[in-house]
Amino acid sequence: MRVVVTAQGTDLDSPTSPIFGRCPAFVFVDPETMEFEAVANASVAAGGGAGIQAAQWVVDKGAQAVLSHNVGPNAFAVLSQAGVAVYRIEPAGTVRQAVEAYVAGRLQAISGANVASHTGMSGMGRRGGGR
Amino acid sequence: MVVTVASGKGGTGKTLVATGLADVLSGEAGSNVQLVDCDVEEPNAHLFLRPQLHRSEEVTHPVPQVDLTQCTFCGRCAQVCEFHAIAVLSGKVMVFTEMCHGCGSCARQCPEGAITEVPELLGHLEFGRAGAIAFAHGRLEVGQALATPVIRQLKARALPRAASTAMSILDAPPGNACSVVETLRGSDYAILVTEPTPFGLHDLKLAVELARDALGLPVGVIINRDGMGDAGVESFCAAAGVPVLTRLPFDRRVARAYSEGQLWTRVLPEYRSQMLEVARAVRSLTEATS
Amino acid sequence: MKECVVLSGKGGTGKTSVLAALADLAARDHKLVLADADVDAANLELLVSPRLAERHDFVGGRVAEIDPDLCRGCELCLEVCRFGAILDGEGLRVDPVGCEGCASCFYSCPANAIEMRDRLSGQWFRSETDLGPLFHARLSPGQENSGKLVAQVKMAARLRAASEKADLLLVDGPPGIGCPAIAATSGAQLALLVAEPSVSGVHDLARILATTRHFGVPAVVCINKADINLTQTERIGEMCSREGVPLLGQIPFDPAMVETLVRLEPVTRAAGSPAAEAVRSLWEELRPRLV
Repeated sequence: MRVVVTAQGTDLDSPTSPIFGRCPAFVFVDPETMEFEAVANASVAAGGGAGIQAAQWVVDKGAQAVLSHNVGPNAFAVLSQAGVAVYRIEPAGTVRQAVEAYVAGRLQAISGANVASHTGMSGMGRRGGGR
Repeated sequence: MVVTVASGKGGTGKTLVATGLADVLSGEAGSNVQLVDCDVEEPNAHLFLRPQLHRSEEVTHPVPQVDLTQCTFCGRCAQVCEFHAIAVLSGKVMVFTEMCHGCGSCARQCPEGAITEVPELLGHLEFGRAGAIAFAHGRLEVGQALATPVIRQLKARALPRAASTAMSILDAPPGNACSVVETLRGSDYAILVTEPTPFGLHDLKLAVELARDALGLPVGVIINRDGMGDAGVESFCAAAGVPVLTRLPFDRRVARAYSEGQLWTRVLPEYRSQMLEVARAVRSLTEATS
Repeated sequence: MKECVVLSGKGGTGKTSVLAALADLAARDHKLVLADADVDAANLELLVSPRLAERHDFVGGRVAEIDPDLCRGCELCLEVCRFGAILDGEGLRVDPVGCEGCASCFYSCPANAIEMRDRLSGQWFRSETDLGPLFHARLSPGQENSGKLVAQVKMAARLRAASEKADLLLVDGPPGIGCPAIAATSGAQLALLVAEPSVSGVHDLARILATTRHFGVPAVVCINKADINLTQTERIGEMCSREGVPLLGQIPFDPAMVETLVRLEPVTRAAGSPAAEAVRSLWEELRPRLV
């Protein structure tokens, strides 16, 4: 079992990140052992669709649940299609606190995206894009 | 000739100038003038010119459609999509068409040939006439992000007339980014409308940098609402060698006519000769540089 | 922490002046973070005396480049590019202005002669102001991807707001309804739409209202220069009640708006100004929705 937490740093005591697609790092944690693996988020600099790219990557890495503050609708759609549960971290704290709250059943599962689409809409190229 | 009316800042009077110019030119004997509203996010010129629209066209772009019976879920399409418009899960492919730029890379790279491209609506173009003025504008669909392809298509469809017009006037979107570049490209002259305030000056500098320095167009400035604010814009124009084509005074009657959707050069004919002077100046400045 | 974006659809309705005045009031009792999401014409900085603290390069996407030594001149790139960005003169080369960054040519080139390079498209900044930290940016003139730069500015502002436990993030939005306006709107809990009583103002308000609704962000409206045209002000009022959108304030035309702008300060600093008074009552209406 692996859950992934959106984080601002790369260890269990890093603050959680309020965003998903362009969060600085993902920390994958085994809630039973608290063993973890932190990976810098390659989608931070994505031209566009960072949420979709990050969701695809989280799915490919085999996470079974995502703990975050805000997940956009595109990313949420990918996660839910892949059967990955999404939980809202509240209140903000550290990665460790978020996982403990998850284990204790204190986090609410999100049933729909809580951020409007296009948070990081971009790649709206000059020739093909918005302005 | 093609003249674009632009301004870094919104609300400085671009549409006022563009519609006023088109109106006074259309009043000249044997005139042949065209107005193309390229602010496809918020097109407004039609509210003043009230054209009879007689033709409408859709603007679409190609987006991928995946045939799941041929797909092996290899993930190649998601990998080559620079805009991350595709996600591939086991047994599922999700396409986010609003992220798609229509480049066709996914269809070209799919090893199974499982992707075809289908058109998706981005906006509409409308063509018509307002008296002696040939009119065209574009309208981006609400929720669509891609304004530039709509502008590109609008210009491609409307501007073949430009060779035969005395003047084709393009009303640009506000700002200084890609959609403004798309509008300015290929113009013979750029009229930059500003107001004499620190906001106006700040954005005028960016507009000059874009139109004159980056795109190499001859530019001139119209100072709108002259008399309010400060002298910063005047000093900048003098120092940067940018001609001030005219100064339109702050006139509550103009504001009133504009807010009612009336064509100000009709309601206040005393401004007609001033705008004709602008058109003459633009013509001679363009000839001087070409 | 709530996030409020100020939008208008039409440009020049007074969005930035209203936001600066609201910020000036809000900062007296609450912890604020400011973000200027109008990255192609960022003006908020003019009214809040920023002191620059951080500067970062912004990579707006990628651009293709052909290595002439590896290119075999097969012209496949020319064929696959849908943006007319491959120029065929003395050898094939990429027009960086036309390049969309789609990498179609990169994946197609049989000689691996094409590289995708980062495109430097602007800069973003953190400044400190007396009202709170300001996140702002400058898109290089004519550059693409202002939506992404907007997202970058907002993300930096949100992270700071979260780490400082700020009460309110105020975002100055760009004009229009396209990609940058969508990026500025996304994730906000409230959109304040600054409308102007003119036919174009009413027309554009309807479009920005449809946009905020499309993305599920609740909207409230205030009318600037409300007494310039009472008929159009009334029409805006009718539109608001028809659409079920609260009309929270009406700011009269007031020369103090321009006078304070010339002095580079918010209108709330002008003693006895009717506009300042109207912004004060607007803030009293907004406050319970935001903090």
